[in-house]
Amino acid sequence: MSTTTRSDRAQASGRTAAAVRQQRRRSPLLLLVPILFVLVLFAYPVLEMFRQSFTDFVEPGSGPFENYVWFLGDETQRTILLRTFVVAIGVTAACLVIGFPYAYLMTLVGPKVRLLMIATIMLPFWTSLLVRLYAWVILLQPSGPLLSFLRLFGIDDLELLGTSWGVAIGSIQVLLPFLVLPLYASLSTIDRRLLDAAESLGAKPRVAFFRVYLPLAVPGMLAGSTIVFIFMLGFYFTPAFLGSSTNSLISQQVVNQISRLLAFGRGGAMALVLLVLTMLLLALAALASRRFTRALGAGGRDE
Amino acid sequence: MSSGRRRSRWVLGAYCTVVGLLMLLPVLIVVPVSFSSLRSLRFPPPGWSTKWYEKLFTSPEWQLAASTSVKVAVVVTVLATVLGTMAALGLAGSRGRWVAGARGLLIAPMIIPGVIIAVGIYYVFLRWRLTESYLGFVLAHTMLAIPIVVITVSASLQNFDQQLIKASQSLGAGPVTTFRSVTLPLILPGVLTGALFAFLTSFDESIVALFLSGPGIRTLPIQIFQSVTSALEPTIAAASTLLLVLTTVLMIVFAVITHFRTKADTRG
Repeated sequence: MSTTTRSDRAQASGRTAAAVRQQRRRSPLLLLVPILFVLVLFAYPVLEMFRQSFTDFVEPGSGPFENYVWFLGDETQRTILLRTFVVAIGVTAACLVIGFPYAYLMTLVGPKVRLLMIATIMLPFWTSLLVRLYAWVILLQPSGPLLSFLRLFGIDDLELLGTSWGVAIGSIQVLLPFLVLPLYASLSTIDRRLLDAAESLGAKPRVAFFRVYLPLAVPGMLAGSTIVFIFMLGFYFTPAFLGSSTNSLISQQVVNQISRLLAFGRGGAMALVLLVLTMLLLALAALASRRFTRALGAGGRDE
Repeated sequence: MSSGRRRSRWVLGAYCTVVGLLMLLPVLIVVPVSFSSLRSLRFPPPGWSTKWYEKLFTSPEWQLAASTSVKVAVVVTVLATVLGTMAALGLAGSRGRWVAGARGLLIAPMIIPGVIIAVGIYYVFLRWRLTESYLGFVLAHTMLAIPIVVITVSASLQNFDQQLIKASQSLGAGPVTTFRSVTLPLILPGVLTGALFAFLTSFDESIVALFLSGPGIRTLPIQIFQSVTSALEPTIAAASTLLLVLTTVLMIVFAVITHFRTKADTRG
């Protein structure tokens, strides 16, 4: 009796092991079609475009980097690249200042209020981008409600639609969820008892917050800001709706080169520069975050 | 709680209420404007009418754009959900160094700036004669929607006990039966959420659509874009209001799914 049970069990576990092995072998097969799909429709087109940036729109005998020399050597293009970075830095900083208290409060409130706060952030997030931009066009236009309101306070020489300020205002609203959600995820892992500990050791609440809580929040702030910054670099419709041709950003130039001038080489070169900058930023943020976390840990031990 | 801390909580709460309102309210301006009696975008409107809705519903351009958007998004939802779920299952069941790379590739379309993907897609689709075609939209949007499905399904697979698969198979169930009667019911909320987000991704996608659209075929975002650049009339506001209603309804569906998921979680 006992021997049969044991052999049954052995048989069953043998079958399980076989099934697991089979599953291990079969799982990669499940990946085959999705990965092929993404390779053909994502990786290949992007690589192909980069190849074009070295071959298309290049005069014979002038070397493969002509498009890059054009892009980085052209005064107008350099100005646009610089403007893109300035606007992106400003928008990222504004998102951080506006979003941090919001994400922080999310860690303090109960689950019901938190759900409400998430919904408040997510509803605009999933509303059609173009609908939101159109709403901003109505709000920011010279005869629109925002400027009419400001005129009540005597501010009447301000122009928003068609300026970089307009682009920044719209971008902040569009990008804030990308900052708040990762930041909240990171802040919610911070142990708030550390603040109590600091205060019980005599630190004023403000000092405890800035010296204990804020350093622990840096990785989350870095993660959220990186996403916002990268998305801002790639924005096309926001500057196209709220800016104007005199203060265009790099994505508009990429689209312009390709859909108006069919200059795939030049557009591709600009896109590659944009991608390399994106990758560089991602890597830098990851590095900074890791350094910071390590320094924090080491500091705690050494002192 | 000290009174100082309580006061700072109040300040924080008031500040966040303002931020929340600034997030929610701007878009609502399209609702009153869509009922304006004037052609201009004056706010508040001097009088009310529904003529922009009549114009919207009788305009062949808007109808074509709406039907293209829906037709593309529905097919994309099915394709991206199937492919994304397959990928998530494959990633969860595979071991090895290459898995992280595979995951990175499957998520990449979501991280790389849209304009870069759009230019690449436009270039190869011109060669494959897929621009200005229904199939072109479906293929490009499916690729763009796969990451969100992979992410949502992977998240629900993380809570999923892999032992259940072993148990099912040791009881003699084949892989298809196991998937249908064990895995799928448990990850269904994740799959449905992924499907919903896939739909919204396609329905809202604009930068790739900008390149793939032409006189014969365009999606709603591109119709809005073209209309805004030509004339700022309230027809766009009417269309925007309807899209707003649609998103809100979908978000409510999402909230219901989440509600049932948390309920199922606490029960299990």
